[in-house]
Amino acid sequence: MADIVLDKVTKSYPDGTVAVHGIDLEIADGEFIILVGPSGCGKSTTLNMIAGLEDITSGELRIGGQRVNDKAPKDRDIAMVFQSYALYPNMTVRENMAFPLKLAKLDKATINQKVEEAARVLELTDYLDRKPANLSGGQRQRVAMGRAIVRSPKAFLMDEPLSNLDAKLRVQMRTQVSRLQKQLGTTTVYVTHDQTEAMTLGDRVVVMRGGHIQQVGDPQTLYDNPVNLFVAGFIGSPAMNFLPAAVEDSMLRTPLGDLPLGDRMKRTLGAGDAPRQLIVGIRPEHFEDAKLIDEAQRAKGFEFTAPVDLVESMGSDKYVYFTVEGEHAAAADLEDLAADAGGADLPPQDSLVTRLSAESRVRDGADARVWLNLDKIHLFDPRDGKNITLHEGRAAGVAAS
Amino acid sequence: MSISSTTPAASQAAEQQAVPRQRRRRAELSEGKKQERKLGWLLCAPAALVMVVVTAYPILYSFWLSLQRYDLKFPQDRQFIWFENYVTVLTNGYWWTAFGVTLLITVVSVAVELVLGMGLALIMHRTLVGRGLVRTSALIPYGIVTVVAAFSWRYAWTPGTGYLANLFAPEGAPLTERASALAIIILAEIWKTTPFMALLLMAGLALVPDDLLKAASMDGASWWQRFTKVMLPVMKPAILVALLFRTLDALRVFDNIYVLTNGANETSSVSMIAYNNLIKGLNLGIGSTMSVLIFLTVAIIAFIFVKLFGTAAPGASEEGRR
Repeated sequence: MADIVLDKVTKSYPDGTVAVHGIDLEIADGEFIILVGPSGCGKSTTLNMIAGLEDITSGELRIGGQRVNDKAPKDRDIAMVFQSYALYPNMTVRENMAFPLKLAKLDKATINQKVEEAARVLELTDYLDRKPANLSGGQRQRVAMGRAIVRSPKAFLMDEPLSNLDAKLRVQMRTQVSRLQKQLGTTTVYVTHDQTEAMTLGDRVVVMRGGHIQQVGDPQTLYDNPVNLFVAGFIGSPAMNFLPAAVEDSMLRTPLGDLPLGDRMKRTLGAGDAPRQLIVGIRPEHFEDAKLIDEAQRAKGFEFTAPVDLVESMGSDKYVYFTVEGEHAAAADLEDLAADAGGADLPPQDSLVTRLSAESRVRDGADARVWLNLDKIHLFDPRDGKNITLHEGRAAGVAAS
Repeated sequence: MSISSTTPAASQAAEQQAVPRQRRRRAELSEGKKQERKLGWLLCAPAALVMVVVTAYPILYSFWLSLQRYDLKFPQDRQFIWFENYVTVLTNGYWWTAFGVTLLITVVSVAVELVLGMGLALIMHRTLVGRGLVRTSALIPYGIVTVVAAFSWRYAWTPGTGYLANLFAPEGAPLTERASALAIIILAEIWKTTPFMALLLMAGLALVPDDLLKAASMDGASWWQRFTKVMLPVMKPAILVALLFRTLDALRVFDNIYVLTNGANETSSVSMIAYNNLIKGLNLGIGSTMSVLIFLTVAIIAFIFVKLFGTAAPGASEEGRR
């Protein structure tokens, strides 16, 4: 077991493309860290560099305090689980798991004992003499995990290990991976493009984009205090709503109405270089049916009336969609997000997604009175995507004084 | 370390359930499967018919001829003699010498081609710069007509004028001595067909997923271990197909010998002596007998490859082999 330190690690290719731009990351011993981002963000390249499967162009990689830039993968004492599982088709499950131990020249008895132990943990004992071709997807995935854990390596690297499983199995395996990691206490770097996986699995999540780290933090911090538009839009499902806004007469003019600004926001926005055009970001759960809000809360928020497009009842709560008239929020970050999601995860631009209590009586087609929590609103600068509501690392809303 | 079990029991149950359900479905489908199979046969029928006409007829006809004493120089002596021709051929030292020569050429050339072809395939697979040029140039020998190539080898080994003869055997005449002549024949064979072998093996290399090799290097395998423990086993079907093709091909070696030595100094292959008896000697009975024997040898070797080594017949799926 060991910590992993990436010190200004860069990867560039001979044709000049840079996949990873000098990233700094300290992964503590025993930590479960997730690299997440859209495809092409450099997360897999970073993982491959830690594994030693790709050379590091510049910067330093230390595992357990030791510089390993020039060490071959086999000398780094780390195990990797691949998206394709990469099981050796000609070997049985037992041989697959024993392979790294055999190469390490352990004696037969030790190998057997370790393989049986791993098989027991992963409930593969009955399948030890089968070939991978005769296993189900979930079983193959567990064999791949088994091959990694038999070695008791310094660290596990996982490259989208659950992506090839169907949705239901993925959720099951997710908890299993998490539990296994907790039990073994081995440093784990896990790459995924699925933000749900990232949020549920990791001690800390690293959001990457275009070869840069956007933000590092525990899942709740990323969710509550995203540093920029990209992180805000990437983390969370359904995604955050983004609306255009402008500062006029000390008010924030948005398609929902004019939102009041607190003293601190006024000061920030009053500065000379402050943007005139802004983007408001509001998570679906920060809306509520105005009828269900008590007086004390009502004062902290803002109310508006809008026609209901569609109501989806989830049982525990209701997703209510509204149409928003007027311009759409526009920024480079949002275009990136839309390109990544293929428009699937993000709400359509002219639609507002809200999550209201199950007790809400709003109906399709009717107008609804909706309350929105001003303390939870984010404001972004469309030029660089920065979250300007962050105060000492914490999002404070727009009404704070 | 002591770790408790972590799989949710539900997933286990679901996986075990899946098997019988599949089996049941197979039984239900059997009516439809039958229909499908019938259609399959019908669709194959025209091609099968053409095959029968162009291959079965000559095979049967030569078998028929092989059962007769039939020499075009003495047509009046034509007589049905059952398997006497086979006794004549199989008790003849001339046949067995040719058989030995053929086997020697086959084994040595195929073995060397496998090693060289694998090397060439690895180079072609790994080349990043000028991939097209490397592949094209490697394939040139295979593109040249065998007889033309054989002539250039003959000239090269001709004493006095050939550059190879001058270089390696300035005193002698290598094509007139049995050992050196056989070596030259094998060399010509190897030069000619290594690219073909490399091409087949390269298709096999493409079957080895990159992740598998990455996983092996993470597991601590050296280059050689990755090659022998991961690549070769995964490529095995492709290697066997390549070996089968080349072995059957090499067994019928003819043009190189015909041009280089014309069978002098006991360098004839079985195809050569069959040709000599059948076409030059006009002995249809003995010549056909030899042809049938060559056919049987080829069939036996193909059978061994497919049944014993589990070589997939070209086009057979993973399922079909079990």
